[in-house]
Amino acid sequence: MTGAPPQETPDPGLVFKMYRAVVGVGLVCGLAIVTVFEITRPIIARNKIEARQRAILYVLPGATDSAAFSRQAAGNFVDLPVDAPGELVFAGYDAAGGLVGLAIEAQGMGYQDIVRVLYGYSFDQQTVLAIRVLESRETPGLGDRVEKDAAFLRNFGELDVQLAAAGDALAHPIEFVKSGTKTSAWQIDGITGATITSRAVTKMLSRSTAHWMPLVYSRRAEFAKPKEGAK
Amino acid sequence: MTAEQQTTGTDEFIKGLWSQNPVFVQVLGMCPVLAVTNTAMNALAMGLATAFVLLMSNIVVSSIRGFVPKQVRIVTFILVIASFVTIVDYVIQAVSLDLHKALGAFISLIVVNCLILGRAEAFASKNGLGRSILDGLGMGIGFTFALLCLGGAREILGSGSLFDLPLFGDSFQEWVIMVLPAGGFFTLAGWLLLFNWRATRKTKSAGEVQA
Repeated sequence: MTGAPPQETPDPGLVFKMYRAVVGVGLVCGLAIVTVFEITRPIIARNKIEARQRAILYVLPGATDSAAFSRQAAGNFVDLPVDAPGELVFAGYDAAGGLVGLAIEAQGMGYQDIVRVLYGYSFDQQTVLAIRVLESRETPGLGDRVEKDAAFLRNFGELDVQLAAAGDALAHPIEFVKSGTKTSAWQIDGITGATITSRAVTKMLSRSTAHWMPLVYSRRAEFAKPKEGAK
Repeated sequence: MTAEQQTTGTDEFIKGLWSQNPVFVQVLGMCPVLAVTNTAMNALAMGLATAFVLLMSNIVVSSIRGFVPKQVRIVTFILVIASFVTIVDYVIQAVSLDLHKALGAFISLIVVNCLILGRAEAFASKNGLGRSILDGLGMGIGFTFALLCLGGAREILGSGSLFDLPLFGDSFQEWVIMVLPAGGFFTLAGWLLLFNWRATRKTKSAGEVQA
């Protein structure tokens, strides 16, 4: 079954037939793959931006529109097209064009793999408004409860991320506490049975807010809605 | 081989659904069977993706069988299968990112699903186009059916829902182990038990009739 017996004299045409079959099939397959890739690439890119847009509007309740911003070397923020590469933060605007807040991405190691979340930040209240898990491979039924568990998600309704008086750090960094023992607005109640993942979400939020809040709070004016058609 | 040549087209189609079901009888392709059947939706999507690749690879392998020397047949079949899997991967991403996220790495792993190469080597490379299409369809639907049996049972017991529709009230205590890997083995064992019990009973009753 496997290969020709060694004593057989090789057919001189066989080598050509083998080349013809493998190269021919490879060529056709390659063409087919590249064609499908070219057709689906813009659709996939649009799907990804739409999925992100839905997440932005979800974590910034009341927002109807958003714009992407990137932090420059000088520390200021400039608006960019939504499909720009690099690290972006997203400003959400209500129907009247007023700034609702910022949507910022945070990521960290969960139980299985990297977990990526998007959280909404309100300048007015200096709180986190909501979070949405963008990517996670946590255990179904256990770790993935950070995406669905209503009690856990309520933690992020008005999570306090107020800056200290000096403005360069949070007054109270976000803390993880065991399920049912939350006493302050800057604490996150964990989930029993999903301790590692809920702790991981807390840690990535704590790190991300400590990094971003001092950078963005004083620069609120730079997140004004970019003029229509400017980009 | 002679028995196979005497079968009709309908037999080629039906055998994959039932008497030679790829999962419950041939026990092939266990990796996706166990890994992505935690919900009925994932099972259905994985089943359909595999069925599509199986059908297309059967069609192509059967069409080019006279053109491919036997020394390079496996590499050619794998090329064909891998190409269809890559195409399915892009198409699923274009249709639904959420679905692609749920199926994850297992779409790429359709390439090494032994069911597909198995049918290409054992059937499509030796049979005509018509029969190969029927074989691919039957085996593909049989595989999807089996995945749905597992996914449905696991979702009902492990999440209390079917296709995301809640079946029981809030008081239902989810049987979390059923959506975890262990639940895949338990459910598969249950279905295999059922199929083997049926087969044994059938042989027994056939023996009694003969006696």
